[in-house]
Amino acid sequence: MSRGYFKEFGGRFVPETLMPALDELEEVYLEMKDDPDFVNELKSLLADYSGRPTSLYYAEQLTSYYGGAKIYLKREDLNHTGAHKINNTLGQILLARKMGKKRIIAETGAGQHGVATATVAARFNLECEIYMGAEDIERQALNVYKMEMLGAEVIPVTSGTQTLKDATNEAIRDWVTNVEDTHYIIGSVVGPHPYPEMVRDFQRIIGDECREQIKEKEGRLPDYILACVGGGSNAMGIFYPFVDDQEVNLIGIEASGKGIDSGQHAATLSAGRVGVLHGSKSYLLQDDDGQVIPAYSISAGLDYPGVGPEHSYLKSINRVDYQAATDMEAVAAFKLLSEKEGIIPALESSHALSYLEKLAPELAEDQIIVVNLSGRGDKDINNFKKIREAENNE
Amino acid sequence: MNKISAQFKGKKPLVTYISGGDPSLEMTEKLIYRLQAEGADIIELGIPFSDPLADGPVIQEASQRALRGGTTLKKLIAKIDQIQNQVEVPLILMGYYNSVLNYGEEEFAYDIAEAGISGVIIPDLPADEKAELSRYLARSGVSQIMLVTPNTSEQRLKKITAKSSGFLYCVAHLGTTGDDQQGVYPELENYLERVRNSAGELPLGLGFGIDGPEKVKKIIDYPDGIIIGSALIKQIQAGDKEKEMLDNAGEFVRSIKKAIN
Repeated sequence: MSRGYFKEFGGRFVPETLMPALDELEEVYLEMKDDPDFVNELKSLLADYSGRPTSLYYAEQLTSYYGGAKIYLKREDLNHTGAHKINNTLGQILLARKMGKKRIIAETGAGQHGVATATVAARFNLECEIYMGAEDIERQALNVYKMEMLGAEVIPVTSGTQTLKDATNEAIRDWVTNVEDTHYIIGSVVGPHPYPEMVRDFQRIIGDECREQIKEKEGRLPDYILACVGGGSNAMGIFYPFVDDQEVNLIGIEASGKGIDSGQHAATLSAGRVGVLHGSKSYLLQDDDGQVIPAYSISAGLDYPGVGPEHSYLKSINRVDYQAATDMEAVAAFKLLSEKEGIIPALESSHALSYLEKLAPELAEDQIIVVNLSGRGDKDINNFKKIREAENNE
Repeated sequence: MNKISAQFKGKKPLVTYISGGDPSLEMTEKLIYRLQAEGADIIELGIPFSDPLADGPVIQEASQRALRGGTTLKKLIAKIDQIQNQVEVPLILMGYYNSVLNYGEEEFAYDIAEAGISGVIIPDLPADEKAELSRYLARSGVSQIMLVTPNTSEQRLKKITAKSSGFLYCVAHLGTTGDDQQGVYPELENYLERVRNSAGELPLGLGFGIDGPEKVKKIIDYPDGIIIGSALIKQIQAGDKEKEMLDNAGEFVRSIKKAIN
């Protein structure tokens, strides 16, 4: 495949101003990824600062509830800051330091990536500004306080739909203006090359660990791996080390919000067409004129009209099966895991969990499913009111 | 010689940018006639897009007004096609790659040539992307105007200038359109000299942050022409009624032309 592309997907569709910065980032990344000092420093931060390896937990109660395949949860919710996002921000902050950048910017939707970025910026003493849609700031007040507590400045974005898509536009505009001293920490496997590849590499530790852990526990690879897909970083992270193992079925679950037919959803791969947004060519929710359609999901972390280009590629070669779960299905899974296992999952991860209902009972008891539990649900407690309302409307 | 570079002969042309369909295609038509009558040498029309990431707030808002008014790329091209005999100055479309990709690259190149459009600027399509578009545009006789920025390396300058026709769009500073916080551009003379070494005969148009006659006077010695968008749109928007908006546009163009000469 040509540089920066996953077959026809990917590329660098950005203003010329950013090209030197992307070249520099690519060069530094390629140099560092195999550098023993860099590898060791990242490894020790992931271990001692974030608490890796995260466990692979056999969900016995959930397994017996569905009465089919054995269900394991990859506990990314146990990471420092409560989600897989820190795997990437730790990697990128080390690169920013190496490049001598003084300032970090990031976009955030639900605030998880913003918190993970503000956290590492605090740890490495770099100036940090986080772009967040004005609407999301209101919806995710807790994470805004956290970012401010960590010393970051949260900049409200009032353009467009005032959500993640527009926060990303604004972060790119900032980067275009301040490219010489600023590094942009993109939070998912999206954006111009080298981001999709680099963020995937920082997240693949999820899948690498999972592979060792399941072999140790079961002596073999799983039959299925489930992960939710917004931009797609937790899914790429757990899928990637298994892509060549054809016997492992990979299923990505997008958010179909109020249902794909309602038009209010974020199921980019299921209902989108190929387009260009935020610097790469991939599936995109767009209208007949090529205008980007705002996404919708109860989960702010999946509320994104684009998707990482490597997911588009994996879809095109039929290596990953992309399905979708509605708000209601995710909420039911959210409650079920809390009640059965005493684990409150993020609403994002709940989309992946909800697919168990369709899959687990159909499988034999000796089959194995791993679900990537990408984050914990504390942040979603604010959504509880919304969830109750949704139930009352049933 | 193509219609665009011909405008650079014997003068420093003024390229004016307005967003197509802001707030309606009828208004765009009237503005085109007015800008042309007042001495604009080339008119650039923005293709409205939901996510214009190279643009500052003024053009973002203009783009939003156009979208709310129902403008699409198809309608914009149809309007230009309809008025092409009344327009003497070259017209250039400026838009984001997704609009073109969605329209169909080959069809886009063909349709805009039919509509009498002379050039295209796509700020998020760098010279490295192997889009088929360049080939289709060349075949249709439409110029592809590429952008360079103050941080573009020598190596990239060669690649970009080789691909650009009509003129080369020199972005005046690191930033988005309409951003004039940086005042007089540092190192402008050196920057454009460096670009000229690679560009050869290709004329250099300077744009981004040129906000009025005073700025024009300070920079006009260095480029071969200038591009003004956000400042013009601000003047138009300051008008209350249509007549006032058109008059503001006319007055602004006259003041810039005077500053150039």
